[in-house]
Amino acid sequence: MTSVGFVWKNLYRKKTRTFLTFFCLFIAFLLYVALGSIAVVFSIDTVSGELGANRLQTSAKYSMIDDIPKRYVDEITQLDGVEVVTHMTWFGGYYQEPSNMLVTFPVDPSTYFRIYRELEISDEHLTAFLETRRGMVAPIETVERYQWKVGDIIPIGSQIYAQKDGNRIWEFELVGFYTPQQEGMSAVLLQYDYFEEANAFGPGAVGWLTIEISDPQLAPELAQKIDSMYINSSDPVRTATESESNRQFLAQYGNITLMMSGILLAVFFTILLVCANTMAQAFRERIAELGVLKTIGFNDYKLGMWMLSEAILLSVLPAIFGVLVGMGLLIAVGSTGAAAMFIPTPPMSVLLSTAVSSLALAGALGVLVGAIPALSTTRMSIVDAMHA
Amino acid sequence: MAFIELTRVVKNYEKGSEVVHVLQDLNLSLHEGDFLALMGPSGSGKSTLLNLIGGIDQPTAGSVLVDGANLGNMSGSQLAKWRSETIGFVFQFYNLLPFLTAERNVELPLLLTNLGGSQRKENALTALRTVSLEDRAKHKPGELSGGQQQRVAIARAIVADPKILVCDEPTGDLDRQSAQEILALLETLNERFGKTVIMVTHDPLAAEHAKTVLHLDKGVLVESGQAEVSA
Repeated sequence: MTSVGFVWKNLYRKKTRTFLTFFCLFIAFLLYVALGSIAVVFSIDTVSGELGANRLQTSAKYSMIDDIPKRYVDEITQLDGVEVVTHMTWFGGYYQEPSNMLVTFPVDPSTYFRIYRELEISDEHLTAFLETRRGMVAPIETVERYQWKVGDIIPIGSQIYAQKDGNRIWEFELVGFYTPQQEGMSAVLLQYDYFEEANAFGPGAVGWLTIEISDPQLAPELAQKIDSMYINSSDPVRTATESESNRQFLAQYGNITLMMSGILLAVFFTILLVCANTMAQAFRERIAELGVLKTIGFNDYKLGMWMLSEAILLSVLPAIFGVLVGMGLLIAVGSTGAAAMFIPTPPMSVLLSTAVSSLALAGALGVLVGAIPALSTTRMSIVDAMHA
Repeated sequence: MAFIELTRVVKNYEKGSEVVHVLQDLNLSLHEGDFLALMGPSGSGKSTLLNLIGGIDQPTAGSVLVDGANLGNMSGSQLAKWRSETIGFVFQFYNLLPFLTAERNVELPLLLTNLGGSQRKENALTALRTVSLEDRAKHKPGELSGGQQQRVAIARAIVADPKILVCDEPTGDLDRQSAQEILALLETLNERFGKTVIMVTHDPLAAEHAKTVLHLDKGVLVESGQAEVSA
């Protein structure tokens, strides 16, 4: 037997209590890694990035669900400093069942892939997309998930757009696929021309614009210029950098990071009390034993360290399990979570920083709940302990 | 020079505003290899005297010298180390750790030494063999009788080969037969292995096994056998 073995045996002497405490902590750390990872996904620092630095987004001024006239594309393209303008429209698509939501945009293939260069598509597939009237391309991940093949006719339902005959199930030909450089951008792209012609609302409207500019320094000036161009029209717009737009979009969900932090704080405060109670009980039950160990010759420091080590083990072990299970769960649901977004966000996975902070938090929790029993152990007189 | 020498020892406890005088100006000398039985009514100070000799309590006044060491001059950690090397303790209620096997309980004091795992195990089994319990090495205290548990406790007390065994009513919780076995074992340890045994007991029959019997009453030694006593 070693000191570590002794601490380990002490930890498991009340198996039910230890298991229940372990389970509480395991759930807490599972929540920590899960909610922590969600918070990272929703964090404003993770959206867009360098690729979006020279992009502006223009949408309807008062609500993103309002359309804007398609002619804005040509008008904005004329402005100095504007390189390319493309447009997207929220299609509200699903595959087979409404629950199988697909992030689906009718787009102009000729401009879309010029701006979104981080989406890698072969020339063959891009040409097919440009030339096929009812063409559609999808991220490789979606193609593999639904086992689609190039050439398949894919029925895509829409929650928003019916065709002129009232049918909401649209049929598109899968002409290719693309590979996003950045995970999380997982939209199915449809030929806008066909969509424009066939939808019951009629032609001439798009959801929002993405504008590539020649110099990121021009962004504020151009944004102001674009907004002022339509300020007195029936369709005023709001323009911001892509990252700012993404930030505003995510803000619609509320301050996720703050909410997650609040939940985690409450969870860990409760867990702190649970652990402190466990260690306090363990200490009280062992006062006489600690007296015996001191009598035999174990010094205050060693016994105090044993008590502290036990508390740290009590919190770190379930944290390790929580992180591992959390990683497994997030790997399983990661791609699904990203599909709910239509901006490039990282897929949900346990970041190294989240895993490390979990273990650091567990260690700190152990020190916090073990400190008082450890200190009491060192201060306890043998005579008092033996009479306890 | 005496092996154990207590000089003008006073021990008081404070109980709220009241001061309880437990030991009063006590002098005691014991030689190496003695077997002392300390008797007296409850509250007479027997256990307190035992605690002072065992280095787990300090006198209010006076000096306690054991095997040349002045316990009053030692820090807490020095005393802990000294106890681990010099004293083996046997308690009335055995005080074994319930979640460890007999072998592990006996091995505990050896965790304070530099011995390796296999040597510790061997020494623990030797100690258990000495108390005739080697075959119960893998049993936990709850699986042993009172007498067997006390023998395991004695094995734990002798495993680090201390010079002195301090026994606080070692037969107080045992039936007559088990008590006799324990006393016979203590006698063997005293006579064959040369351990100095200091035993607190209420039982006159147990005290008969000692070479010296002293009586304490209200903190004062009132009767002596072979030990040199003055009050």
